[in-house]
Amino acid sequence: MTAVPALAVEDLSVEFRTRSGVVKALEHVSFAVGKGETLAIVGESGSGKSVTAYALMGILDPAGRITAGRAVLGGLDLISASASQLADVRGREIAMIFQNPRTALNPIRPVGRQIADVLMRHGNVPRVEAPARAVDLLRAVGITDPARRAKAYPFEMSGGMCQRVMIAIALAARPALLIADEPTTGLDVTTQAVIMDIIAELAGESGMATIFITHDLALAGQRADRVVVMHAGHVVENAATRALIARPSHPYTAELIAATPDSAASLDALASIPGSLPDLRRADLPPCRYSERCPRKVERCDAPLPRPALAEHFVACWNPL
Amino acid sequence: MTPLLDVAELSKRFPVAASGSTLKNLRRRFTRAADEQSQVHAVDDVSFTIAKGETVGLVGESGCGKSTLVRALTRLLDPTAGSIRFSTRDLSLVPARDFAKDRDRGRIQMVFQDAGESINPRFTAFDAIADPVRRLKHLSGLALVETVDKAARQCGLPTELLGRYPHQLSGGQRARVGIARAIAVEPELLVLDEPTAALDVSVQVVILKLLARLKTELGMSYLFVSHDLSVVRLLCDRVLVMYLGKIVEAGPARAVFDYPLHPYTRALVAAVPRLDGIGLAKLRLSGEPMSPIDPDPNVCRFYGRCPRGADICRTQMPPLRRAAEGREVACHFAAGGA
Repeated sequence: MTAVPALAVEDLSVEFRTRSGVVKALEHVSFAVGKGETLAIVGESGSGKSVTAYALMGILDPAGRITAGRAVLGGLDLISASASQLADVRGREIAMIFQNPRTALNPIRPVGRQIADVLMRHGNVPRVEAPARAVDLLRAVGITDPARRAKAYPFEMSGGMCQRVMIAIALAARPALLIADEPTTGLDVTTQAVIMDIIAELAGESGMATIFITHDLALAGQRADRVVVMHAGHVVENAATRALIARPSHPYTAELIAATPDSAASLDALASIPGSLPDLRRADLPPCRYSERCPRKVERCDAPLPRPALAEHFVACWNPL
Repeated sequence: MTPLLDVAELSKRFPVAASGSTLKNLRRRFTRAADEQSQVHAVDDVSFTIAKGETVGLVGESGCGKSTLVRALTRLLDPTAGSIRFSTRDLSLVPARDFAKDRDRGRIQMVFQDAGESINPRFTAFDAIADPVRRLKHLSGLALVETVDKAARQCGLPTELLGRYPHQLSGGQRARVGIARAIAVEPELLVLDEPTAALDVSVQVVILKLLARLKTELGMSYLFVSHDLSVVRLLCDRVLVMYLGKIVEAGPARAVFDYPLHPYTRALVAAVPRLDGIGLAKLRLSGEPMSPIDPDPNVCRFYGRCPRGADICRTQMPPLRRAAEGREVACHFAAGGA
């Protein structure tokens, strides 16, 4: 990890108020990502990985509320920043790409124009130069015949092409941090490989930090420098990728690895994870939200968890492997 | 032994309008005979068999014709040419619109991708499972309830949940409903279209194991359509690799994924993320697949994206040829090819 991280998240907690109670979606989430580093946030649905991204971007659902925490990016705390400060930072300092690019793009505006819009708003590019720069960006994300494609509408392009356009938009203003939320879910593996290559290459060129959110541990294992594993709104483990895959410390990480089809030689060897996520509305949630399904539970597990200090290999467990 | 399903030289072409509605194009569209019109070759001369009790995987990128092939097999659309022999009968002779009432309809069933979207939201789990039993087995009353309960139990779906609507069920439970409704009519062939794509890994494992158990218990054959090669490797005996309407490689799943013969299969396998991080080979497919509209019958479909791409590849379409160890490959340069 570099000395000064591009983004340091400390103690982030988020609640959602719903008709059936308060959902404690994130609790004491901490992690840091260095310049040029790729951090993967891995977890199953409901683990809080997307909520983390939305909280950082300041685009949480109105029912959501950040109850504690800091997220420092280049000296600015994103959590306490004003709306106008955030609006300046978004697009310029942090950019985000979403799952399902087709719905994230404006369906009735040619893609070249959409890129030019961002360049003018966040990239200080004069109006006359924007269209040409948009074509350059399309070329940079590997779109053949970019001048013609700039005039195309999203529906005229394949899913992989739309995601390339999203990347071009996200990277238009050369942000310091890119958050990619399941950027390749729903794409073919061959396209996925190309998209991930493009992100890695562009991040490498500009020293951009990347947080990519995925449910695919194998993809994270292959593409990330560090992996943060989340379960029920907690960071359960945070470690360098090789160490995490080879020697997982948290029982949940180990289960997740054993459930990944790639890890097993046969279907019988593939292990399922017993139990299910606890109801995050419960008032009596145990300190460790995994303890109720954990095979290694000991008495101490009822004590408050070790806090996610920014250790080299952090594990939120009293009885790690 | 006669195979359960024997598909021979199956093709499906869709006519397409020439792009742009200029007067010239419109005139051409209305005056040209059907066979002169431009056509999308969605499935092109595909042959394969599925033995009784066998699990065959079908892999390929989106747009390669997997879904069209499946829809032709399940007789949801009529193939342009070729035969679909199921047991001893050629099902391609039954028009798709009549197949819903056909006596063999219940013998081929399908499990769809996202049970949350493929089950009628206004049907309870019971209704969803009962519907095909009513229509195809003509059961009612107690016999119907017993059949539904049995199917639900076989799929590990607690009978208390049968009164619930899809939105009241979890993803894994919905997947179980989708499987239960398919097996309730005791099919011999189950076509599974990405049955676990919408599920988390922990649930995916449970559903895959359920499918493996049902297959042995009920003696079904599976055609497992997926683009998750790691899953196909675990579940399937044999695999078919499709590219732009053609089968380019076929053989035992393990062998095909460990030692792919066709350059497309090689690129596909190389693109699969691996936990151990090794094998992040710089083997990438450049460009887009060629257009499936009126492709040149003498050019290999993979030409242009293939790293090999020799002269013979654009003058002669490589046929699917036998290779060693029960494998088949359609490439002029495949190692082990005849």
